[in-house]
Amino acid sequence: MKKYTYTEKKDTRSGFGAGLHEAGQKNENVVALCADLVGSLKMEAFIKEFPERFTQVGIAEANMIGIAAGMTIGGKIPFTGTFANFSTGRVYDQIRQSVAYSNKNVKICASHAGLTLGEDGATHQILEDIGLMKMLPGMVVINPCDYNQTKAATLAIAEYEGPVYLRFGRPVIPVFTDPDQKFEIGKAWMVNEGTDVTIIATGHMVWKAIEAGEKLAELGIDAEIINIHTIKPLDDEAILKSVKKTGCVVTCEEHNKFGGLGESVARLLTTELPTPQEFVATNDTFGESGTPDQLMAKYGLDAVNIVEAVQKVIGRKK
Amino acid sequence: MKHTIKELEDIASQIRRDIVRMVHGCQSGHPGGSLGCADFFTALYFEVLNHKKEFSMDGVGEDLFFLSNGHISPVWYSTLAHAGYFDKSELATFRKLNSRLQGHPTTHEHLPGIRIASGSLGQGMSVAIGAALTKRLNGDNSYVFTLHGDGELQEGQNWEAAMFAPFHEMDRLICSVDYNGQQIDGPTKKVLSLDSLQAKFEAFGWHVINTDGNDMQSIVEGLHYAKTLTGKGKPILNLMSTQMGAGVDYMMGSHKWHGTAPNDEQLALALAQLPETLGDY
Repeated sequence: MKKYTYTEKKDTRSGFGAGLHEAGQKNENVVALCADLVGSLKMEAFIKEFPERFTQVGIAEANMIGIAAGMTIGGKIPFTGTFANFSTGRVYDQIRQSVAYSNKNVKICASHAGLTLGEDGATHQILEDIGLMKMLPGMVVINPCDYNQTKAATLAIAEYEGPVYLRFGRPVIPVFTDPDQKFEIGKAWMVNEGTDVTIIATGHMVWKAIEAGEKLAELGIDAEIINIHTIKPLDDEAILKSVKKTGCVVTCEEHNKFGGLGESVARLLTTELPTPQEFVATNDTFGESGTPDQLMAKYGLDAVNIVEAVQKVIGRKK
Repeated sequence: MKHTIKELEDIASQIRRDIVRMVHGCQSGHPGGSLGCADFFTALYFEVLNHKKEFSMDGVGEDLFFLSNGHISPVWYSTLAHAGYFDKSELATFRKLNSRLQGHPTTHEHLPGIRIASGSLGQGMSVAIGAALTKRLNGDNSYVFTLHGDGELQEGQNWEAAMFAPFHEMDRLICSVDYNGQQIDGPTKKVLSLDSLQAKFEAFGWHVINTDGNDMQSIVEGLHYAKTLTGKGKPILNLMSTQMGAGVDYMMGSHKWHGTAPNDEQLALALAQLPETLGDY
């Protein structure tokens, strides 16, 4: 198992804030909108340097999505910011008609996704957003795994032409990816090469997968770990190549197993290479109030759950 | 004036002919609101809107128009064809398989003249505000026009947008309301009363003007006047009284023809009332 270390913990939303600021410096057409959550989305640096390119919309997310769609007409590249719940479920029809169907170059940037939002509870902890967004034709869906990858992803989507959903989170987590990485949309990152099982993880679950990989190594299991930061378009080639070698797969995501990354992988494998698969994901449930760590443990999203899923899926190999 | 009122009325008559023929041709679509807004579209595209012949999505240096109540697509498609965006023969494909003239307007099939999809109601004002914000950032002093159904104003997103536009002094935004008092299930007064739209928009900070949307003189003058109101920090709302089905006697004033196509006999009755002025498609 390749050794991963970290010297600091940071939140992925701060990676977004840093990326947005830098994207704004690189391209004067980058504009930002927020629905009364500037601090939570870490948009202050962008607003300070480019006040005229920022629009405070107030608590009116539907209007924000429509305005963003309209701003693309004339060449702007709007980044909208609010919590993941209010970025997707609340404004699904506005995204569907004014952004996706109209093929507008809007970047829907969503913080506080998943259980790790914590104490605010289930009203704010969306676990369905990946599914909602990946079903929209033409929508790119990205869920980066740490501060550095989120920053790189934010810079990459500014250069990509078309609608994008960028999902990130609230808690501080280890920073373990390269600060100077080049983010390629739709390209998997090989975290660790192995032979016994393929662990495919996205977002906050990537560090958990690394922790699981270390425990599995102690148990004599050589896990291949792949980070799928782009859930759509899915890197079919990387997944198939790995699964051909290992013969079984565990998918890990901070999302409902209905409609998430795991289902995308299952769709690929069932048509191309039927393979035993286990899902580390929430199981058709809402969340609740608690600390992020308590919630990840209660809902089965810890390294120990990945280890158990790996042991189970290896047992299912023919 | 680029045209006389009589010339504009003649264009509107042809557009009305096209509307009933298009809706009859596919036996679906929304003739009532389309007919009611034929005069508005004529005034806008042939007299008021500063638009370029060659369509570009970005519309830099030209006025933009967004149709929020997308179901009245027949009137827009006919207007765009006669304004030169595409050949009028294409109107025959309305709502048919493989057409660029979808039931509701869309950019998806790349029909020139259309910059956003509409159909699911209540989204157009927000989009227009966005386009106007970009024009402001780009130092482009062109205007942004919209049209909304009156029933459509029951959608909440409109009021988010209506609150935003005055606060941000969007005074190059000119929104018109097709104030015909009808919606699918009946008169708006019975379905969900809009009460005083004038008072509501004024309370939100808009400059409201009133026009007769089926009187060419009134609508042309009203839209020209609206353009002179810029510089005062207020978006402009044109409360435009219309008759659903205007121009076809048996369709007028009733919600029955909101979304119903005429049969062969009804088509003949309608066409007899609408002189062919520019040549049928």
